[in-house]
Amino acid sequence: MVERETALLKKIDINVAESEKRSGKNTVNMQETYTVYLIEIRWVVERGGLPVGDSPWRRYSEFELLRTYLLVTYPFVVIPPLPEKRAEFVWHKLSADNLDPDFVERRRLGLENFLIRVASHSVLSKDKIFYQFLTEEKGWREAVLETGFQDKADSRLKSLSATLRVKNPDKSFTDLKQYSDELNSAISHLLRVRAKVADRMYGVYKVHGNYGRIFSEWSAIEKEMGDGLQSAGHHMDTHSASVDDILEEEEHYADQLKEYLFYTDALRSVCRKHELIQYELEMAVLDLASKKQQREELTTGAVRVFSLKGMSSKLFGQESPEQRESRLAALQQSIQASEDAVLDKNQECREFMRMSWEEVKRFKEQKDRELREALISYAIMQISMCKKVGDNMGTATCDPHHVTRTM
Amino acid sequence: MVWKRRSYTYTKAQAPVLSGDLEEDLDLEEDEDLEVFSKNPSLAVGSSVSSSVVQGSLVHSPGALVRSSGSMVNQYGLEEEEEEEEEEARGGVPTRDLFVTVDHPESHVTAIETFIVYRVLARTTRGDFDSSEYEVHRRYQDFLWLRGKLEEGHPTLIIHPLPEKFVMKGLVERFSEDFIETRRRALQTFLSKTAEHPMLSRSPQLKVFLTEQDLTAIKKQGPSFLSRMGDSVRAAAIAVRGVRARPQEFGAMQDYADEFSCKMSALDKVTQRIIKEQNEYLEELSQYGPLYSQWAELEADLSEPLRGVAGCLDLCGRETEEQLRHLTEVLQPTLHQYLLCADTLKTVLRRRDHIQAEFEAKNDALASSAVSKKGDLETLKEEAAGLEERVESANSALKGDWARWGDAMRYDLREALVSTADKNQDYYEKCLAVWETFLLSQKTPPGQEED
Repeated sequence: MVERETALLKKIDINVAESEKRSGKNTVNMQETYTVYLIEIRWVVERGGLPVGDSPWRRYSEFELLRTYLLVTYPFVVIPPLPEKRAEFVWHKLSADNLDPDFVERRRLGLENFLIRVASHSVLSKDKIFYQFLTEEKGWREAVLETGFQDKADSRLKSLSATLRVKNPDKSFTDLKQYSDELNSAISHLLRVRAKVADRMYGVYKVHGNYGRIFSEWSAIEKEMGDGLQSAGHHMDTHSASVDDILEEEEHYADQLKEYLFYTDALRSVCRKHELIQYELEMAVLDLASKKQQREELTTGAVRVFSLKGMSSKLFGQESPEQRESRLAALQQSIQASEDAVLDKNQECREFMRMSWEEVKRFKEQKDRELREALISYAIMQISMCKKVGDNMGTATCDPHHVTRTM
Repeated sequence: MVWKRRSYTYTKAQAPVLSGDLEEDLDLEEDEDLEVFSKNPSLAVGSSVSSSVVQGSLVHSPGALVRSSGSMVNQYGLEEEEEEEEEEARGGVPTRDLFVTVDHPESHVTAIETFIVYRVLARTTRGDFDSSEYEVHRRYQDFLWLRGKLEEGHPTLIIHPLPEKFVMKGLVERFSEDFIETRRRALQTFLSKTAEHPMLSRSPQLKVFLTEQDLTAIKKQGPSFLSRMGDSVRAAAIAVRGVRARPQEFGAMQDYADEFSCKMSALDKVTQRIIKEQNEYLEELSQYGPLYSQWAELEADLSEPLRGVAGCLDLCGRETEEQLRHLTEVLQPTLHQYLLCADTLKTVLRRRDHIQAEFEAKNDALASSAVSKKGDLETLKEEAAGLEERVESANSALKGDWARWGDAMRYDLREALVSTADKNQDYYEKCLAVWETFLLSQKTPPGQEED
């Protein structure tokens, strides 16, 4: 799936090789059991294939920390998602328990996928903290906190406020936001119903298992049909058992869809960042406009708009010309600063739009390509399932004349 | 295909006990495989059963399916010879000369009640029928009457069961299409099997059932009800005592009947469960496919493969419906009918036991020295001899019919199971084709696809 596009991937192989259960005290000083994953980095074969770094063990929360760091540091990038935190879209046989071995295994694959995606991104792959995450057992946590990224993070309140109040977000971003909302809705609906279909299918196959036992018992009392019934019973058992493999493969397909479901969150992040920058630009422009207006009032003495100064000067008398001069000067400086701010913000906005739009384009191409492949492999899976089950049926019946002769 | 001729030779000893009042109507031709009934069963010579029951491998006509419904026209013509072979395998009369169908259920409304009436068509080449085609209308109660009469006349023959009386089961309506159709098929099977049975097809009540326009007058006739009461009281008294020296072969049959009943009940339940699960699966599946189409509306390049998948799921859903239809219309009813048959087996064995118990009671009375007058002794001896005859004939009838029934059962169940397996095979092949077509469409770049 991954082409070695980046310099990083040309040098190293990334593997999330194993998982292990650990016990320890958590942040509120209580004992808990959690899973850690082994990150194995090796030089590529051409470079000798030896291990690189400490081969650190990382737990899920550390992956989350890394991802948050990347989100804050590269807001214009569509950051690859992590595998789900809790098992969702489960159907009855699938466990919702985070410590369940199947869940852990699928999570291991998901984490590996995440790392490889980051490593294949032209910008993200160059990040030092990322490389440290891959290679340094100790000190990574301190290093990432030292970057101070948490201070740079936009508060949720600020972000939400911007989303609500922004006046002129770029149309392509509003469209993108709508698309990601709709895609999110479509895929989650699909996954929910898929889980129900899997559940029902499991039920049908498993009930067939009962046939096996009954045919066996029945064959004991039938002189003439005995062999045929035994054979039929055996095939029913095989048929019934085959559903486990079928549904396990389908889970991989579901995981591929889930990845893109979570990608929609990353898309929305980018849109929100745009709205925030746009909003800040709009605020800066407004700020500049109001200061200019203040200057005008001060210069002409005309009070066009109600202001506290105007009120107080009416009540307490006008100020002296010297006072006015100094105030004007301060204002002029402020205006200068504001103009610079507007220019900067404008620049930031345009840069952000340019870079993120490129990112979005790349992402869309990747999505179309990969989801198409996922659909194709889904079809292939269905075909191999039909062949396998059909063959089993076939040996039971068609030779139907074989079975019926013995029946 | 090797097959062996089976003949179910019923000698005089196996003559059925006739209910007295209809003997005058009998005018049966001689048939090489059937002996003429003796009007007085006690004249029958006690000879052993000579039905040649051949064990071992059985004939199976490829492609021939048990048709429980469908027009009679299909049963003529080119397939007649196959039909004959098939019938022999099923334990039927080698030359079929009576064909029946049950169809056209219609609602009949009177002041007191509403019920369903079925059209019963009969076609025959038999001389004892005045015409070659008959059309009458019968309701479920009429079928009940017929079967009751057949049981009276042939207490130890295995008569095919009728569909059950209506039981309020959940939301199933008495007049729902499904219920009526299932019942119609079962009634059809009942009549066909009865018409195929070498003894039962000669029953006068069957003839009346098939030919008389108005059955109500005939149903009122007959002493049966009160005499049956008397019989059953006596039977109950003997049942308390039970049969002493049941021949080993009937003991084996009893064990078989019990086991068979168990298995059929289990199979019936499992099949019903599968049908339920399959229905629920279909419901979910029907919602699944359209979600891909809905997603496709959001997409550009991805829209085409998404629609493709939606189409595939839709087609597979239809194949599942087909599979389900077969389960509901073929496998389930067959299993259910044989579940009811199991009860018939047990009933027939019980009746045989009663007949033997009656004889044993008479023998005991004979053996006990309580008999005083010589005249009484003679009467007792005659009665005992008569009862011994009854036991002999009941035993032979049962043994002969048991073998016949067994063949029919194996044939029917095998057919039902094999056809179900074939349907399943079909399903997987069709689904395979659907997905392969989709794959093919994805290999050619869009825009260059052929339809």
